Amino acid sequence: MTLLGGSALWIAFLLGVWGAIAGFAGGRTGRPDLQRSARHAVFAMCAALLTAVFSLEWALFHHDFNIEYVAAYTSRNLPTFYTWSALYAGQKGSLLFWATVLTLFGSLAQLLTAGRHRVYLPYVAAVTAVVAAFFVCVMLFAANPFERLPYTPVDGRGLNPQLQNPGMVFHPPMLYLGYISITIPFAFAMAALLSKRLDADWLIAIRKWTLLSWLFLSVGICLGMWWAYVELGWGGYWAWDPVENASLLPWLTMTAFLHSVMIQEKRGMLKKWNLALIIGSWLLSILGTFITRSGVISSVHSFTQSPVGYFFLAFLVLAGSASFTLYAKRLPLLATETRLESMVSREASFFFNNLLLVGIAFSVLFGTLFPILSELVTGAKTTFSTTTFNRVNIPLGLALLVLTGIGPLIAWRRASIPNLKRQFVAPLTGGALALLMLLAGGMRDLWALLAISFGAFVTVTVAQEFWRGVRARHRQYGEAWLLALGRLVARNRRRYGGYVVHIGIVMLFVAFSGMAFKTETEATLRPGESVTLKSPYGWTYTFTHLGVSQYDALNRQVTAATVEVRRDGRKIGLLSPEKRQHVDAFNRPTFDPSTEPSIMSMLREDLYGVLGGVVNGTEQAVFRFTINPLVWWVWYGGMVVALGGLLVMWPGGGMPATKRSQAGYAVRLVGQA
Amino acid sequence: MKSSDWTRRQFLAGVAGLFAFQSVSPTVSQSDSLPGAGPAGKLLDPQRAGRSLEPVTGRDNLAAIQAIEKQLRCTCGCGLDIYTCRTTDFNCTISPGLHRQVLARYEAGQSGQQIVDAFVAEHGESILMSPPQRGFNLVGYFFPGTALLAAGVLLFVALRRWTRLAVDRPAVAPAGGPAASPAELERLRRELEQVDG
Repeated sequence: MTLLGGSALWIAFLLGVWGAIAGFAGGRTGRPDLQRSARHAVFAMCAALLTAVFSLEWALFHHDFNIEYVAAYTSRNLPTFYTWSALYAGQKGSLLFWATVLTLFGSLAQLLTAGRHRVYLPYVAAVTAVVAAFFVCVMLFAANPFERLPYTPVDGRGLNPQLQNPGMVFHPPMLYLGYISITIPFAFAMAALLSKRLDADWLIAIRKWTLLSWLFLSVGICLGMWWAYVELGWGGYWAWDPVENASLLPWLTMTAFLHSVMIQEKRGMLKKWNLALIIGSWLLSILGTFITRSGVISSVHSFTQSPVGYFFLAFLVLAGSASFTLYAKRLPLLATETRLESMVSREASFFFNNLLLVGIAFSVLFGTLFPILSELVTGAKTTFSTTTFNRVNIPLGLALLVLTGIGPLIAWRRASIPNLKRQFVAPLTGGALALLMLLAGGMRDLWALLAISFGAFVTVTVAQEFWRGVRARHRQYGEAWLLALGRLVARNRRRYGGYVVHIGIVMLFVAFSGMAFKTETEATLRPGESVTLKSPYGWTYTFTHLGVSQYDALNRQVTAATVEVRRDGRKIGLLSPEKRQHVDAFNRPTFDPSTEPSIMSMLREDLYGVLGGVVNGTEQAVFRFTINPLVWWVWYGGMVVALGGLLVMWPGGGMPATKRSQAGYAVRLVGQA
Repeated sequence: MKSSDWTRRQFLAGVAGLFAFQSVSPTVSQSDSLPGAGPAGKLLDPQRAGRSLEPVTGRDNLAAIQAIEKQLRCTCGCGLDIYTCRTTDFNCTISPGLHRQVLARYEAGQSGQQIVDAFVAEHGESILMSPPQRGFNLVGYFFPGTALLAAGVLLFVALRRWTRLAVDRPAVAPAGGPAASPAELERLRRELEQVDG
């Protein structure tokens, strides 16, 4: 199987080289045979890489520990679920996963792209082939997943305990899918630049791909936060870790693109900006991969220092230089078609929305890379803490939240004073009421007050938009309210799906504000002893240690404490935090003991218990208990964001112009009777 | 081995029941949970629970100690502050030692700033979670904000300029009927079909 897998990698590499040559030449000369060949090269490359994936999975499931990757990331007693996911648990496997999915997406782009956009496809095939060939090249020369050991261990080391969590099975592939799928819009952008076809056509061709990529990134980031929260045991979900930041960067720029592309579609403006955003997003996705792979910046996620970092750095520099050189050469063709008519218009609000999104991305990137920069300049690595990242990004995030509400309220082109009054009265009243209620309730944390009242402002904005749309349908067509709501959303999926995303973002911001009221304590308890914690809602929680048990489970030896939880004296449940000692099939410890938090999740707050360890081998145990307000809203906010994204990209949402007026607003074309 | 586990669980259930029955008594606060305050049987295999830990005392949870430790980076390489490392990574042997140093200095009457300064003198500025606002660090602190502010001002000025240009030279079609050909109108109609937002 290693022979098959290794050969498949070589074949894929050669196909990639050919696909690139044929694609660029076919695009330039217009020769159909070369264009066909480039397209087939992408399909064949995909088949070769799928063969390599199959070979590696075969080796993983057949415990072929002579393969270094299999021995490093699996063991005989590793559950099947995690044996499967070991494909992308390590660096080499994840590179294979990256390249395979890229060629899969590249093939889908070749198959699914509509007829009038097919002119871009030879170049799309070429760019896809270049990027995929680069990943295969890294595998062949620096990180071969089929590398053999000079001996065969009786068992493998097993998967890192922190990766043995369902969140970690889905989080990396989701994030990878997000990173990888950006390559397709990037390929179309390059195709548009190379073919000099720079009207809005290429934007229409990539619409679904950009949404898909954004959706994968959103879900991947949320799953990553969930995994960090339920697995790592520090009681939080975001720490501005370099790898977390790397995933956020393309998400921010893609979010900026999803807004600014509307201006290009509607007004013919921001052509240069949109192209730059797509190129930048793709480069950031490669940068993210570089940061993850190279270990250049200290991170809990980084794999060990590895030569693949140099490959990525060289590729990043080359690809960035080539892309922006081509971009610069085509700038004269990217003139705007219309002008901004008023500072008080939706276009202007989107400009500032883009400024903030890209500004946050820049500040996060700068903070992430500052250790390298400071080491280059001063010789000492200076790292900024979570506090510094928060200090910079919380105000920017809140400004963005306000714009989330303002944008949809302002008319395109030019807003009038009566229009502004009509639109803003209810949302501003809602925000002010929320602020007053919070102040009356005794809340004094500035950022939390602002986050929740701005959130109320945005929520009323969205509710107002839904209400007006539904009311218009109800009055015009006599539809029942629910039917009117359903049809309103179904026929304007992009607009109302976007509003649903905004509600999800509000939920996330409100949830983030809850962390300002986090309370925690450490305690050493003998069975029967208790410790109390005061909740920000005024309740008193009592945690009583009942005892410690030890048992074997699957591939681990578990030490579990049982803790009774009472709220104001009333029993509400049990927590059972664990210490886990993972072992191989011969009961030999494979990693240091890990902690497994126990979480009682409620609408208003989470109770988070961690068993640190025991004292002198007795049941006297060291615990950390944390009350985390509003964490539930992070996960559900993430789900609402994903739901909104799905609504936007669900096929069939676009409607004929004749039906447009039924959706609650009317468009009259110039010259239309 | 299994039967001994079962017996142990029965024992624990009994203990749990006993304490549940006694829950009407006042809650034992953390400061009471010192060695010798209650029954604590030996574990079957203590190795499975990791290295033995020191009992936590009230002073470990002092807000002043936490505040100091959150300013100082653990030197184990995790990148976390001392407080977070010692309360998260229970396998770390460095952060408990650093914590003891903080406690010792605190109990010797040193202020928070004096303790931080002592750590910087011993380990260098890299021990600080937030580097001091001087020298090249100022670039790190203020460059992103300044750049963003400058970009905001530039954007504002540019937008104002564009809107004035638009007023001076409106880009709309002249009055008296559309300047577009039927083919262009058809194309516009197709484009609008694509734009549903």
